[in-house]
Amino acid sequence: MTTGFGPGLGEVFGPTHDGGGPDLIQLLTPEGERVEHPDFSFDLDDDAIKGFYRDLVMTRRIDTEATALQRQGELGIWASLLGQEAAQIGSGRAMREQDFAFPTYREHGVAWCRGIDPLHLLGLFRGVDQGGWDPLADKFALYTIVIGAQTLHATGYAMGLQRDGVIGTGDPDRDAAVIGYFGDGATSQGDVNEAFIWASVFNAPVVFFCQNNQWAISEPIERQSKIPLYQRALGFGFPGLRVDGNDVLAVYAVTRAALQRAREGSGPTFVEAYTYRMGAHTTSDDPTRYRLSADLEHWKLKDPIERVRAYLSRSGLADDDYYSAIDSEADDLAAGLRKGCLEMPDPDILDIFEAVYDETTPELQSQRQSYAAYLASFDDGPHTNGGGVR
Amino acid sequence: MTAITLAKGVTMGLRAAMDADPKVIIMGEDVGKLGGVFRVTDGLQKDFGEDRVIDTPLSESGILGTAVGLAMRGYRPVCEIQFDGFVYPAYDQIVSQVAKLHFRSRGKITMPIVIRIPFGGGIGAVEHHSESPEAYFAHTAGLKVVACSNPVDAYWMIQQAIAADDPIVFFEPKRRYWEKAELDEHSAPDPLFSSRVVQAGTDVTVLAYGPMVKTAVQAAMAAAEDGLSLEVIDLRTLSPLDMGPVHESARKTGRVVVVHEAPLTLGLGSEIAARVTEECFYSLEAPVLRVGGFDTPYPPSRIEEEYLPDLDRVLDAVDRSLAY
Repeated sequence: MTTGFGPGLGEVFGPTHDGGGPDLIQLLTPEGERVEHPDFSFDLDDDAIKGFYRDLVMTRRIDTEATALQRQGELGIWASLLGQEAAQIGSGRAMREQDFAFPTYREHGVAWCRGIDPLHLLGLFRGVDQGGWDPLADKFALYTIVIGAQTLHATGYAMGLQRDGVIGTGDPDRDAAVIGYFGDGATSQGDVNEAFIWASVFNAPVVFFCQNNQWAISEPIERQSKIPLYQRALGFGFPGLRVDGNDVLAVYAVTRAALQRAREGSGPTFVEAYTYRMGAHTTSDDPTRYRLSADLEHWKLKDPIERVRAYLSRSGLADDDYYSAIDSEADDLAAGLRKGCLEMPDPDILDIFEAVYDETTPELQSQRQSYAAYLASFDDGPHTNGGGVR
Repeated sequence: MTAITLAKGVTMGLRAAMDADPKVIIMGEDVGKLGGVFRVTDGLQKDFGEDRVIDTPLSESGILGTAVGLAMRGYRPVCEIQFDGFVYPAYDQIVSQVAKLHFRSRGKITMPIVIRIPFGGGIGAVEHHSESPEAYFAHTAGLKVVACSNPVDAYWMIQQAIAADDPIVFFEPKRRYWEKAELDEHSAPDPLFSSRVVQAGTDVTVLAYGPMVKTAVQAAMAAAEDGLSLEVIDLRTLSPLDMGPVHESARKTGRVVVVHEAPLTLGLGSEIAARVTEECFYSLEAPVLRVGGFDTPYPPSRIEEEYLPDLDRVLDAVDRSLAY
């Protein structure tokens, strides 16, 4: 169609990108074959790949256990990462200790890479806390539920790194970067677009890591964008890359390069990890209402764990005993997680008054005292409501 | 002692805070070379550099969202929102992020962020430049809200707000920016979260903050000519409220009038009326009366002087209180 406004979208961006399109960076095929890419290579050894395999299996096991706990009423809700394990392990393992991650509420695999006790992830979903880890010490921010808000936090933290002079010194133990996670739906948020602009004009050392899992609850990617997401980056003034999000080797290589670029002071990068949300948005969702099971079957063939296993097997690096041992370790982890979840104490209502402010207020203390006195009034003698105070 | 304007008081306070702590940074639109549209940050970028006085993109959510990240990295951002009516794009970051992170992290994260907002009307501006949004923030757990009314408070309160580890919305009465007062930089300031009796009296208590303090004092002077003694209290802190001096005054006069520019319904006056009633019920001779803007959007500026509470409307409320 001639519009008089220049070439059409198809001419600019090419044909529809089934399967990720020609720009998809891949280093390990769904069949488990290592392939070369002109710009990116995976240069860790096979032991590292075995380590990734373990990470992937453990992460999926945490996820399935959490889903089961929700189904049994032990969690209020759970946001599954099923299908996105490679995107998270590959990017999480690309981080250095001094790097900082700003997650959504689905980055259980990144949390695993940051060494956070998986039990801490359950607190939010069980309703006993709002994130039990130490965000500053673990360099892993609290889960952020307001879509896209954390990308600005990531950018601000990166601006702090700039001001602290820990960018571009050449010292690998000192130079740091930030990685901000978000999904395809978030790219429609103002905050994400503002984060792109800020990071661009200030050259902030941040990697924008978008897991395009094709779905924002029920809305397909077509409702968020008419162009491939990674190509948006150019309009903001920094590079965008699309990586096979189910290929842990490629995700690792691409994210490592992007983080290194940031640490060196060369500014932000947009990484679109092209993947698929194999489960529901959360346990409250019903994807059968809006998507085809055939799509799911298509993506099952691209499973992020199976391809690593295929590579390890065909290379003679692992056998059934190895896989069994990992599975057994994962089951132990899950059992511990379940036990820990059931033992998590409910918070004390009187504690909610304590953490609102660094310096509390007289009004808040007064409300606390009044409510404590009210509660105590039930201790004085028999009452008829069974002790409840609702 | 030198006479300074309220705007200059904020400028001097910002400068002192930046001198005292290298982690203090200023962020906002046009705060650099221009010195802000009200010139409050005049000269600061020149002296402290572009890394500490940051001309930001025109993106209020971006200002507050990046301030969160900078605060997590140990900085103390002072964010300027250019006008009251422009704060709403940042509302989510302020209410859902800045206000809640201390609570959500159980105190592991502090948010020492100051959000400066020139507020209120009376300068003949176009729409969105004359609003009084303080109740939105005072209603939000995790935020603190203060309003300065004079140059001396402006100088001290901005420094105290920056030094505090909680997020504080700092309202500056834009139509009083050019009011002058003598500043003694060696005097000891009142605590930040304290209200203050600015004029003692015995018949009726008039509560005000920000731009309305001057109006209340003018009303008291006019009333004095009629032999009426008004006690005027500058609330200064809107969240938390410092009700001690208010209750004391209410018990003495038995009559309380609250004045603000913001619309009446669910404004600060409503909360104050409730608290005074709860604490001073048997001392009251009249219900707590409120004088405020109407429950309308801010009007076109040619009629804003009618919309805004003035001396006569304050005195009308005083008369109504005395009529009980």
